[in-house]
Amino acid sequence: MTTAQTDGYAIEAKRLIKRYGEHYALRGIDLSVKWGDFLAIFGPNGAGKTTLLKVLATIVKPSSGDASVAGFDLREDAVKVRQRIGVVSHQTLLYDDLSAYENLRFYGKMYEVPDLKDRINRLIAQVGLESRMHDPVRTFSRGMQQRLAIARALIHDPPILLLDEPGTGLDQHASAMLANIIISTLTGQRTIIMTTHSLEQGAALGNRIMIMANGKITYEESKQLDISSLREVYYQHTGVKN
Amino acid sequence: MRSAAGKTLAIVWKDITSEMRTKEIATSLIAFALLVIVVVSFTLEPGENTSPIAAGILWVAFTFAGVLGLSRSFATEKDKGCLQGLMLCPVDRSILYLGKMLSIVVFMIVVEIIIIPIFIVLLDQSGFPPQLAVIALLATIGFAAVGTLFSAMAVNTRAREVMMPLLFLPVASPVIIAAIKSTALVLSGGSWGDIASWLGVMAAFDAIFLAVSPLVFEVVIEE
Amino acid sequence: MQALKQNTRSVNGLLGLTFALMIAAQFLIFVYVPTERTMGVVQRIFYFHVPLAWNAFLAFAIVFVCSILYLRSRDMKWDRLARSSAEIGLLFTTLVLITGTIWDKPAWGVWWTWDPRLTATLILWFIYLAYLFVSAYATEESQGARYAAVIGIIGFLDVPIVALAIVLWQTQHPSPLIFEGGLTGSMLLTLMVSIVAFTLLYLSLLILRNSLRRDTDEIKKLKQYMDERN
Repeated sequence: MTTAQTDGYAIEAKRLIKRYGEHYALRGIDLSVKWGDFLAIFGPNGAGKTTLLKVLATIVKPSSGDASVAGFDLREDAVKVRQRIGVVSHQTLLYDDLSAYENLRFYGKMYEVPDLKDRINRLIAQVGLESRMHDPVRTFSRGMQQRLAIARALIHDPPILLLDEPGTGLDQHASAMLANIIISTLTGQRTIIMTTHSLEQGAALGNRIMIMANGKITYEESKQLDISSLREVYYQHTGVKN
Repeated sequence: MRSAAGKTLAIVWKDITSEMRTKEIATSLIAFALLVIVVVSFTLEPGENTSPIAAGILWVAFTFAGVLGLSRSFATEKDKGCLQGLMLCPVDRSILYLGKMLSIVVFMIVVEIIIIPIFIVLLDQSGFPPQLAVIALLATIGFAAVGTLFSAMAVNTRAREVMMPLLFLPVASPVIIAAIKSTALVLSGGSWGDIASWLGVMAAFDAIFLAVSPLVFEVVIEE
Repeated sequence: MQALKQNTRSVNGLLGLTFALMIAAQFLIFVYVPTERTMGVVQRIFYFHVPLAWNAFLAFAIVFVCSILYLRSRDMKWDRLARSSAEIGLLFTTLVLITGTIWDKPAWGVWWTWDPRLTATLILWFIYLAYLFVSAYATEESQGARYAAVIGIIGFLDVPIVALAIVLWQTQHPSPLIFEGGLTGSMLLTLMVSIVAFTLLYLSLLILRNSLRRDTDEIKKLKQYMDERN
């Protein structure tokens, strides 16, 4: 599943709109992400970054508009879409009372992962949690939980990853460790969208960037930017110094 | 088909394993049910523990414990965003419903197995009528069938503690009535024939809501 | 955007007709129909109680249909209609309970009996309440509409089972209120007219309440639009 398909787009969205009663979270988003891209999305709180990711992940239904992820339509083939995406959010999505191993085993079963035991062992090694494999998640630090969350997102080897502010609540050290794991396990073979508040991380990791504000995309760039230009652009578009 | 069953069981296994680590839900439900039985018994004079009254006390205890257990079922999922984790899985939403529903049934049966003998002793009933097992099973399935749906709703609204009983009690009332009446009959020596129509009411309830709830469950957990 | 409307001619016509039939019904109930033998004057409440009960049920059926239509189309107009019907249904159910109680008291000397009919009505009352609470306590509009629609469907499907349980209970404890003989011609006429009058009343209230709700939503939308402009 990791071999990148070269035809078509990994993610395509046309005029995505999401309305909650009278409030618009997304006001018409158009998006095209090629296979192998690493798209970093920046924007202030309330810009709609999380909503966009949730819509692409099929957990929120758009009010109107279309999107296809991995070639499958969000509405018609939601189950097929979910099979091909992994999500890391700022909530861990892990069960506190189960061990790391049991959490991965549960999700592995839900995703019908073959050779589950081997896969779990390898993933846990990759995120550096072998020594705590059978301890309950509630005893993990926040950084360790996020690492396990990445393992969880990867359990079914999805070609597309959606990361929603994965560095939230992590200190410098843990944040750097996370970035390393992202780079080593994820890039090249996978298509990634990451929303983040950290301009440094986004600039370093992404080969495309986007700025969102108020439910719309206000800036797009298809090449890597250095950090100072990025800061300037960000300030221009959101009025916020980062 | 096989994978659907496997995934449903995975959910049930997860809930049971979590519960066995903490034993939170089971102990609080058992303690709560016992307390209800004891407190309501304060109102009885000696000799007043007739079958109808005893049956009423038992099912009041189970109803309130059930409401409590059902509320907890989705509260734990909501708190760590685990519900989203489940929604991300490539499964039909009805499988999520079924898994959670079966977990609740298992929890409640465990509570009932412990409470019923204690109840028989405390309220000095003549013995354990085997029909009570069937009554309890049908009633528990009915509770879980609508309760799982309502719990998922209540957890997303404000005033969630109040919302759950407010939704559940009126809708589940036929099951509660049937359970109380049939239990009263068997505690005073009634036969299968005597309770057949009450069992029919519960079976009808179970059938209808087991069919409808999975269909609307998706509407309830989507955003 | 729809402009705020005054009552159209057909609505006014309906209101007029309702009024006229209500007056006619009152005449029939209090003047025309003879006093019933066993229960005396208080029996006239029957001509209110039954039409109210029928409409309480009708209101719920409308809630059921609108709930399904809402979930299919996600068009708020169905949610508005359902909620309006639920409010009126709650009102009518309350009146059924009150008239039922008043009817019982002279016969049995108590304000409330756990009469199976009244008990079933009380349960319906609570289901209505649950419906209205859920839409009020939801975290936002569309969620409230969705949840209310689910209760509308589940609640309506529940009603026959509640009735079944109550009937079963009743065969073991016969109802205290039994008519001797059937209904005479004049009683039947009065009952029919009253049923039609109350059904028209329900429809009038439904249309008025729904219009009010629609206009309120319209105003909210306009306000929102203006706030965003600034």
